[in-house]
Amino acid sequence: MITGQELGGLGCSVKRKEDARFIRGQGKYVDDVQLPNMTYLHLVRSPFAHARIERIDTSAALEIPGVLAVITGEDLAKANLSWMPTLSHDQQMVLATGKVLFQGQEVAAVVGETRFAAADGAAAVRVDYEELPVLIDPHQALEPEAPILREDREEQTNHIFHWESGDREATDRIFSEADVTISQDMLYQRCHPAPIECCACVADWDATNEKMTIWMTSQAPHAHRTVFALVAGLPEHKIRIISPDVGGGFGNKVPVYPGYVCAAVASLTLGRPVKWTEDRTGNLSSTGFARDYHMRADLAATKEGEIRALRVKTLADHGAFNAAAQPSKFPAGLYNICTGSYDLENAFVEVDGVYTNKAPGGIAYRCSFRVTEAAYLIERAVDVLADELGMDAAELRRKNFIQPDQFPYETSLGWTYDSGDYEAALDRALEIVGYEDLLREQEEKRARGEIMGIGISSFTEIVGAGPGKTFDILGLEMFDSCEVRVHPTGKVLARIGVQTQGQGHETTFAQILAEELGIPVADITVEHGDTDTAPYGLGTYASRSTPVAGAATAIAARKIRDKAKKIAAHVMEVAEEDVEWKDYAFRVKGAPDRSVSMADVAFAAYTNTPQGVEAGLEAVNYYDPPNLTFPFGTYVCVVDVDKGTGEWKVRRFVAVDDCGTVINPMIVEGQIHGGLTEGFAISAMQLIDFDENGSIIGSNFMEYLLPTAVETPTWETDQTVTPSPHHPIGAKGVGESPCVGSPAAFVNAVVDALSPFGVRHIDMPITSYKVWKALREAGVAD
Amino acid sequence: MATTTSIAVTVNGTERSAQVEPRMLLVHFLRDELGLTGPHIGCDTSHCGACTILLNGVPIKSCTMFAVQADGQSITTVEGLTRNGDLHPVQDAFKEDHGLQCGYCTPGMMLAGAALLASNSDPSETEIRMAISGNLCRCTGYQNIVKAIQRASRAMAGNGAPERGKTEGGEA
Ligand code: FES
Ligand code: FES
Repeated sequence: MITGQELGGLGCSVKRKEDARFIRGQGKYVDDVQLPNMTYLHLVRSPFAHARIERIDTSAALEIPGVLAVITGEDLAKANLSWMPTLSHDQQMVLATGKVLFQGQEVAAVVGETRFAAADGAAAVRVDYEELPVLIDPHQALEPEAPILREDREEQTNHIFHWESGDREATDRIFSEADVTISQDMLYQRCHPAPIECCACVADWDATNEKMTIWMTSQAPHAHRTVFALVAGLPEHKIRIISPDVGGGFGNKVPVYPGYVCAAVASLTLGRPVKWTEDRTGNLSSTGFARDYHMRADLAATKEGEIRALRVKTLADHGAFNAAAQPSKFPAGLYNICTGSYDLENAFVEVDGVYTNKAPGGIAYRCSFRVTEAAYLIERAVDVLADELGMDAAELRRKNFIQPDQFPYETSLGWTYDSGDYEAALDRALEIVGYEDLLREQEEKRARGEIMGIGISSFTEIVGAGPGKTFDILGLEMFDSCEVRVHPTGKVLARIGVQTQGQGHETTFAQILAEELGIPVADITVEHGDTDTAPYGLGTYASRSTPVAGAATAIAARKIRDKAKKIAAHVMEVAEEDVEWKDYAFRVKGAPDRSVSMADVAFAAYTNTPQGVEAGLEAVNYYDPPNLTFPFGTYVCVVDVDKGTGEWKVRRFVAVDDCGTVINPMIVEGQIHGGLTEGFAISAMQLIDFDENGSIIGSNFMEYLLPTAVETPTWETDQTVTPSPHHPIGAKGVGESPCVGSPAAFVNAVVDALSPFGVRHIDMPITSYKVWKALREAGVAD
Repeated sequence: MATTTSIAVTVNGTERSAQVEPRMLLVHFLRDELGLTGPHIGCDTSHCGACTILLNGVPIKSCTMFAVQADGQSITTVEGLTRNGDLHPVQDAFKEDHGLQCGYCTPGMMLAGAALLASNSDPSETEIRMAISGNLCRCTGYQNIVKAIQRASRAMAGNGAPERGKTEGGEA
């Protein structure tokens, strides 16, 4: 009898299939695509954050040897392509016409025979600008004297939307009668996912077959195909998007960017393949930024520490265009998950979005649509409350957790949590870190004038959008898909609607199939990312691959099993009712030794089909989840602070995650390491800033800091397992939890370290300088 | 066309000669002219290390050098780490310890690791972290990369070598 371990089924740390090519340098990323006759595209970008374009002179560029074409916004306007729709009911300029709205905005595209010719051409395009007053502060954007940025909109205001959730009056009432209230302003700063591979595409127009093929760094190839069809008017079956190996996404590669559109237009015009590869400056200054949420969190509680209500007011800086990549009915994403792990009487949240002279975006950076902001807000606010009450931060959390018997739990803001055991995760984390000893150590150190801090974050996430009736991207319901074919010899080809950027889908999806079909992982190939072959799917972001496409994969496999059972009965010459699927084979009930494997059945499906059963063994499933999934966990961070420099160092970091059923523990651990590192980066260094002229500070890796192996702490991971009751295999998704849950742990630790000096909050990124300043103000810096 | 210069470079043991524009970066030469997809490009400021190669055995960032400067020298890219179809212990170990996710930083990381082990067969964790500090990874958080380099160091010392072909499920 074959075992799950031998198959590489659920719970096995199967080594990754995709690694074979990556460790040999044989990954195929977009920039590795070389086509005969290929040309190169280079973008001309605006040096100003807000300026009127007076004149674009392309004549000098066109004279440069090897320059083939220069495209401007006016050219695109003739084809009605100078603007494109965003994912958030707004439009965005492809190439600027009239005026530019942020530094680094795309103004013209130059196509050349070589990279050099294209770059030389771009440098020779002359643009005359008249500078206009710049708006950088989102608060100023709403003041009456603020310049109106978007002349194209009917409503002449910088205000984009107001969104609210919850019962304002009931919440206010609790606040007016509460024993204790706190109010904390906090900024979740603008940052950028910065995958090591920038965005790129190769557009190849085949004039004979009238077909456009685009290799593209895309987290959502099918959705992008539909967008191209709708915007460019090309028939959808004549568009093929291939998202090959992608060098990290983290949300950055969800939107459609002007470079892609320009390359497609250029290929259509020239009849030659056109490659566009973004440089890092272009990536950091013009493609999807994240966060920029200016938040105020109020909590109302009893003096015993029972949290009664949460009130949140937020100003969201969306930059020049509202290009937030999120479900269309949710202008602030799933931000109202901000009640977190706590059982509150009521809550009210409001968000106002505004335009400023900054790059567009608001993408879900390793986050399920503003969940990161929400988790940070509540976990930070709870610590502020603990400080106010003089209570232990772990105790306050424990006192207010939703209890295991309350699930499914309906929050006051309308979500139904599927399952959870928050206290178990907290207990586990505290035990591993040795919380009691740490508290004692801290007391002793404080007495000696040394500074250490302990930070806790007990987050709850919300991932795996759909259901499709509630969640859609540009009207496309957020289902996902899998198609499975079992070949006559029992080998499997599966194609999925989601797309990997390093998460290891080729391995984990094969494991789901191995478990369901009893076929070894080595005999299963999983493909994705090519719209001509993969079933339609909404893509990989917001930790939705496992919750949605993973479910589709399990269901497709079960459909195969249903059909295979009939064939198994035929092969074993027994009635179908007498056959059961057990221990990875079809067995005769009561006589388990009489069995056939899935491979045997597959052979029969092509060679010996029973009467009335269709030949072949294939299935497809489009899975519309009944609800989202709600991963959770507790993180504990211990920091030591240097009084001379303000430097804070992470001494310990314990992460206990609960993502339901684990498919591959090795990959889950890797996801957690990566996400914690990004969370650390956000809390310590990542910041996209602007000077008063709107010039970006953070457009390259000299200014936009990413942690190296030297700064990155060592992570200690552990888990609890609370399966999702509504997911076919009980999985919840994990890629984002560590990035969602950890920033609060780091900040809480540093603030806890400084709390004896009256510090209650420091905005991220917490630089040594900020800490040193706080110490100096308290008169304790060395 | 701009004027070109002829260069001769030994790449992964094979002599390659070409006519290149003086301003062509070494990384573009390796990728676009020689068709090697191992060295990647991730930044414009010599920070990310995705383009790391070995120049006469020393790890350098191939975006920081012109192709003409490599004339007469010897280059190893990740494609050259595999000898006669046998993976370098570092390559085995990266797979074994899940030292890669998207794979984009991986060739550079493995070369930096291999170069470290060539000069220091038993590096400490701090030495490993220092040696790869010119290479950025956004996916792994470095921990499993460090583990992989430690495993490779043990394998090269002749104990605890990863058993070839015995990796669960996937194909080595
Ligand atoms: S490409 Fe980033 S260092 Fe060379
Ligand atoms: S594995 Fe993706 S950047 Fe390192």
